[in-house]
Order: sequence, then structure tokens, then C-alpha cells
Amino acid sequence: MATASKTTSARSKSASRTRSTAKKAKPAIAEFDKDEELHAYREMLLIRRFEEKAGQLYGMGLIGGFCHLYIGQEAVVVGMQMAKKDGDQMITGYRDHGHMLAMDLDPGAVMAELTGRRGGLSKGKGGSMHMFSKEKHFYGGHGIVGAQVSLGTGLGFANKYRENGNVSMAFFGDGASNQGQVYESFNMAELWKLPVVYVIENNKYGMGTSINRASATTDLSQRGASFGIPGEQVDGMDVRAVKAASDKALAWCREGKGPYILEMITYRYRGHSMSDPAKYRSKDEVQKMRTEHDPIEQVRVRMIEKGWASEDDLKAIDKDVRAKVAEAAEFAQNDPEPDASELYTDILL
Amino acid sequence: MPIDILMPALSPTMEEGKLAKWLKAEGDAVTAGDVIAEIETDKATMEVEAVDEGTLGKILVPEGTDNVKVNEKIAVLLGEGEDASAMDAASAAPAAAPAQAEVPSTAAAPAAPAAPVVSEPAEDPEIPAGTAMKTSTVREALRDAMAEEMRRDPDVFVMGEEVAEYQGAYKITQGLLDEFSEKRVIDTPITEHGFTGLGVGAAMSGLRPIVEFMTFNFAMQAMDQIINSAAKTLYMSGGQMGAPIVFRGPNGAAARVGAQHSQDYAAWYAHVPGLKVIQPYSAADAKGLLKAAIRDPNPVIFLENEILYGHSFEIPDMDDFVLPIGKAKIERGGTDVTLVSWGIGMTYALKAADELAGMGISAEVINLRTIRPLDIDTVLASVRKTGRVVTIEEAFPMCSVSSEIAYQVQEKAFDYLDAPVLRVTGKDVPMPYAANLEKLALPSVPEVIDAVKAVTYTA
Ligand SMILES: Cc1ncc(C[n+]2csc(CCOP(=O)(O)OP(=O)(O)O)c2C)c(N)n1
Ligand SMILES: [Mg+2]
Repeated sequence: MATASKTTSARSKSASRTRSTAKKAKPAIAEFDKDEELHAYREMLLIRRFEEKAGQLYGMGLIGGFCHLYIGQEAVVVGMQMAKKDGDQMITGYRDHGHMLAMDLDPGAVMAELTGRRGGLSKGKGGSMHMFSKEKHFYGGHGIVGAQVSLGTGLGFANKYRENGNVSMAFFGDGASNQGQVYESFNMAELWKLPVVYVIENNKYGMGTSINRASATTDLSQRGASFGIPGEQVDGMDVRAVKAASDKALAWCREGKGPYILEMITYRYRGHSMSDPAKYRSKDEVQKMRTEHDPIEQVRVRMIEKGWASEDDLKAIDKDVRAKVAEAAEFAQNDPEPDASELYTDILL
Repeated sequence: MPIDILMPALSPTMEEGKLAKWLKAEGDAVTAGDVIAEIETDKATMEVEAVDEGTLGKILVPEGTDNVKVNEKIAVLLGEGEDASAMDAASAAPAAAPAQAEVPSTAAAPAAPAAPVVSEPAEDPEIPAGTAMKTSTVREALRDAMAEEMRRDPDVFVMGEEVAEYQGAYKITQGLLDEFSEKRVIDTPITEHGFTGLGVGAAMSGLRPIVEFMTFNFAMQAMDQIINSAAKTLYMSGGQMGAPIVFRGPNGAAARVGAQHSQDYAAWYAHVPGLKVIQPYSAADAKGLLKAAIRDPNPVIFLENEILYGHSFEIPDMDDFVLPIGKAKIERGGTDVTLVSWGIGMTYALKAADELAGMGISAEVINLRTIRPLDIDTVLASVRKTGRVVTIEEAFPMCSVSSEIAYQVQEKAFDYLDAPVLRVTGKDVPMPYAANLEKLALPSVPEVIDAVKAVTYTA
């Protein structure tokens, strides 16, 4: 198909063709210490294995409807999680499993929501796209592209109103970044100096449309420029770069300087959803990202090189993570469906 | 232990598919992530990736096999050190079935049948007698309608998300880009409010846009331009300019896609003067009415249904088959009760009518086809005969199309009614995701039968 050949395969190439980025210096990469590397490795691996399992359960018909996997983008949410403070909120779209795991939600409860069982985070009533946890400050799980951006701005508004020192992180895609309400939100956020980090997860495609076919300007970090919102592009496949940029952005917001935009250059390995044949990009493009830029593999290689972990240590972590995911899947398959009476609950208070 | 490879589900609505091709042969080593086979669904060809490692021990379903059911065993994967002999020992344990919660039965078992009634399926008076028929899916009918109108009128163009290079998120615009080029088949960014306004503006200047919403749930982003601009401009301009535009796309519930992707908006649009609203059921409805909608000088909301896309129907094999907007079709003649439905609601109505016939109750089934303008005369003529009406739709009950029909029937045929008008609708709740709850939230054939029994006092 014509799209694939037109799209450049390397990560930030399409963006770096625009003039504004070419001028920018590559940000220094903050090194991680051993604990940070291990933490990042484990968290990212949990998301990866969880998503692989979700894909399997979908294939078995145990998960229905739409199911959007986060495989390939793990470093974005994990790096942000490592930078955030207690009480900071996250909100995102339908590609939300990774965010929930990073927000420390029980994998079993997430998986049981995917299978539509009563032990799911939304009692089985929300599904893959709609999960929430007030306790863990995760505000969903939204199916309408762009809606979470205004909502996330509202979370920032509430933080400022309460003077609680928290920052909200509103995640959205490159495709979503063309929705009108994004710019209405940007304007208010800067006008009122709201503590919101806008995290654009630029994985190059909105469904089957590559960013160059959907966006007049492709340096999304500059999308707030006309409102005076600072922004930067970040290597979203390198968890250290994500963490460093997030530290900076969160500090900016916490100091009362208003919103900040982080454009995470990332990539999804799987189709848009389970039913996407992904004919709009070449297999080579995907393969290249997997072999050259995989976020988990990068950490693994560094830890081995530095002697911070042996192959056996990492195997043990993988085994542990797999066991956790297997347990979640087990629960999600055996937990009963919600009681029929749940049909009429939670509509109004 | 050998691992069974099962036919995977690859989309929300997939129940079976064709095993098009094996990319690995028996004896080949397989690692997780390898593409092992290609499967064709009604929408696309998809690759099947291995989730486990091993050797492909045996292929159970040869390539080229049609209609392979989801979860059917298609091959066996052998683990390290296992050989073919292990396969016989492989357990045939099926995938864990969802644990069932108690579900109250929605209808009593049908009563012992009285004398069965035979009902003639009514001919469509819009199709000339003797016209040859052919089989078409709703999906093909919609595509053909657009292609024919685009050939006829160079001012007709189609735009929306993924309509061109991706060939349509639901493959309705398949092939159109090839034939009409990117000038007339336009991929938009995800900006519903903006491209809807753009479309209305282009229509005000005289072009004939077809705006596809990936689903009507996303048209909510564009509601203002549809209502405030498209519907009202003709009136506000004293008749100088209107907006000849079609807004189309799937509407209502698909399968397990949850509260934000499952709403039926017929009543929302039908509320507004200045719009026409069509909700087709069959392929013939889809083709004849979409062509009419494209030719209509007004804004037309054309509400399709994802589940119906793959359904096949007989349609007339004519060069130019156009149906009148605002005219209902008597889909099946009957004498005891009138069932009024439209869109996917028809599937419940027709199944119920079949079962009712077996119970000695003759149901007349009216397919509204158009919601606004509403062909109440066809409904009233039927009510004068049967004295009883049940409406069927998947939308919420409050302020529904059913409510409007019930109102007009009592106003215009009060003296003919032998029972209150009953409606069978989706439940008054956001669409739940859980399989059991989703089933309960939607109407069902037993609910239609119960309603008919109530209005015919045969319960
Ligand atoms: C308002 C709206 N329009 C269209 C859709 C259908 N849709 C769902 S995801 C998607 C692509 C979004 O792409 P992007 O923002 O880049 O996020 P990604 O899926 O890549 O994470 C589209 C068009 C929707 N859910 N909501
Ligand atoms: Mg994207």
C-alpha cells in the first residue's frame, strides 16, 4: 500500500525534517542507577507480558470488543511513573492497560475487566477501554479520541484550585493531537497556569494514517507554541530520557509556571487494535524498531554490560513477571461474570 | 505437553473465518511472534502470530478452508523434546468458557402452538415486477451506491477517517480510492468537528459531500455543525442556500465495544427539523436509500449498523435502483398485530414474527426505512387492521422513536387500538461491556414475543 512506502521508518526522522527540531540540541541522557534500571526493566516487562497475554486471550474469544495493546510504548508510561509524585493523576485514551499497570493497579483486576468479570476494575462494565481508579489517581480509560485532554486539564484545574501541589498528566496520541478541544484546552491551561503535562505519545500512526498524512506540522512538541506552552521532543523508547524530561516538566508545573508539552517519540509494534491488518506500514519498519530501539532490550543490554544483572538474574525476573501475569489471567478467566442486577446500578447516585 | 493452536478471534464481530494460508509447514520451528498463518475475515486478511515456542507438529485445518469457527483447533505445536506421539495425548480441553452468572430468563417458554399461520413475505412495490435479483451484502450495497452516484455526478465526493488508503475502517469505501482518486476520496485527520463544518460549507457552495463518521458515536464531536449549521441554514437563509450533504456511518451497538461506542442516535437526529434521517435494514434499503440520500438536496443522516454490514440479502439487479425517502415497507403481511421496526431492530421483529406464526399469531412487520419524515400512514393502515402495535429498536426507551410512534398512533388511530402500544427497546442503561450484561441490555426475540402476547391478551 502506498502509505508504507511514503513513511520513513526510523523513529524521529519524519519529525526531524521540520526546521524547528533540527535546531534543537539532543538532550543529555540522565543515567539510571542500578535500582532505577531494575525497576524500569521489571515494570516495562510486566506491561509487555501482560499485553501479550491479553492478545492471546483476545484470540481465544475471552476478551471481546476493541483491545488496543501498548507493546512497544512501555518506556513512556514507566518513565513518567518514575518521575511522578504521590497524588499526581494520569488520564489517557483507550490504549490504557500500560498506564494502569504503571499506576500500580492490580493486574488481575485489570485483566478481569478485559474479560468482563465482576472482579474487574469497573466490575466488568467498562471493558478494555474504560477503567478507572480514584484510589490510585487514574482517571481512565476514554474511548473518544481527544476527550481525555480536556478532562486532564480539568484535573489540573482542580489541583490548582485545591493548591495540593499535584500535577495531572494527560496522555494522547499523534492522531488525537489534531482534535479541536486539544487547543481549547491548551489555551485555558496556559491562560490559567494549570499544572498539566500534556504527554503526546507519537507512535507515528493514528490507526492506519501516518502522521505526515494527517498533520500539517509534525513537530507536535511545538503545538502549544502559539499559546506560549513550552514543549520538547523526547526519545520515548529510552526510559531514561522519558524520566529526565518528565522530571523537568513536572517541576515546571509544580512551580506554578503552567502546562508543559512532552512529545514522546515512540512506536506501537502491534496493529492499532486486534482487528487491524496493519497494511499501511512495512514489516521491515516494525522489525527495525523492534531490533534497534526496543525499550526493554535497551535496559537489558545496559544492565548486562555494567554487570548489574546476569542473564540468570534477568531470567528470574522474567519468570516472576510471567507468573504474575499468569495469575492475573487465571483470575480473569475464572472470576464469574457480573451479577445480572449490576445492569441497573451505577447510573445515577 | 503439546499446545493446541486455536482459530483466533480477530475482530469484535468475527465468529468464523477462512484459513487462507499456512506460512509454516509441519516440522518447522516456531518462535513466539512468528507469523504462522493468514486468515481472512469478512473485513481483512490478518496474520496469526505464534504465542508459544515449539515445532509445528500437525496442521489440522488445511489452507483454503472456509468458515473455520473461532476457537476450533487448527494445529498442534510440540514443545522442546516432544515428538508427534505426544500429540495423541494432547488434551482437547477447550478454552475456559466464561463462568455464567445467574441470568433471569427473559421470557416464559412459548405456549403450545395453536394452528400455525402462513404469512406471505410482501413484495417490495418499489421494485418492478420481474426484475432479476442478485445477492449482496449491506457492505457491498453501500459501496456500490456511492460508486454509482460518484460516477453520475462529479460533485459527489466522500471524506472521513480512513476512508481512502485504509479502504474504510469497516471496508465500506473499499475500492473507491482506486476508481475516483484522492481528489474525491479523502482521508481526514481525526477532527470530526472541523471536517463536518468543512463538509457543510462545501455543501452550501453546491458540492455534494458524503461525510463518513467512523462510527456515529464520534459524530457527537460534530453535533453542533450538523444541527446548527447543516439543519438550519436553509431556513435561516430564507431558502437561499441549504446543505446537500450525507452523513453516514455505523450507528448503535456492535459487539462488546462498551458504553462510548454503542449508542443508537436515531432519536437524537429525528428530533431536529431540517434533517432527514434514514436507518436501513437490508442491502436493498441500503443501496436504494443511500442513492436517494446522495441526490437529496437536504442534509441526510444515514444510520448504518456494523452487525448488518456482513449480512447478505437479495437486491434488484438494476442499473439505477433508487428508493423513495420517507416510505416504509411492509416486510411481511399479517392480521393480528403490527410490529414496527427499522435498522437492526428488524432482525428481532422478523424472527419473532416467525415464532409467532408457529404459535398461531399473525404478525404484520413494517420496516420503517426512514425515521424522518416518518411514514406514519403505512403504520396507521396496518393498525386499523390489527388493532395492536409493538415497536422494536435497540435505542434507549426515553424519548425514543418508539415514543413518537406510540404518540402518533394514539393520536391518529385511538379508536382502532385494542391494547396499549408497547415498545421493546434497549434497556435504560449505558451499554455494559460484560457479555452477559450486554445481552441483557439489548432487546431480544423473547421480549418481542412477550410484548405481542401482552397486546393480544394471549399471555
Ligand atoms: C472522536 C473519535 N474519532 C474517531 C475515533 C476512532 N479512533 C479510535 S483510535 C483512533 C486513532 C487514534 O490515533 P492516535 O491518537 O495516534 O492514538 P494511538 O491509537 O496511536 O495510540 C481513531 C481514529 C474515536 N475513538 N473517537
Ligand atoms: Mg498514534
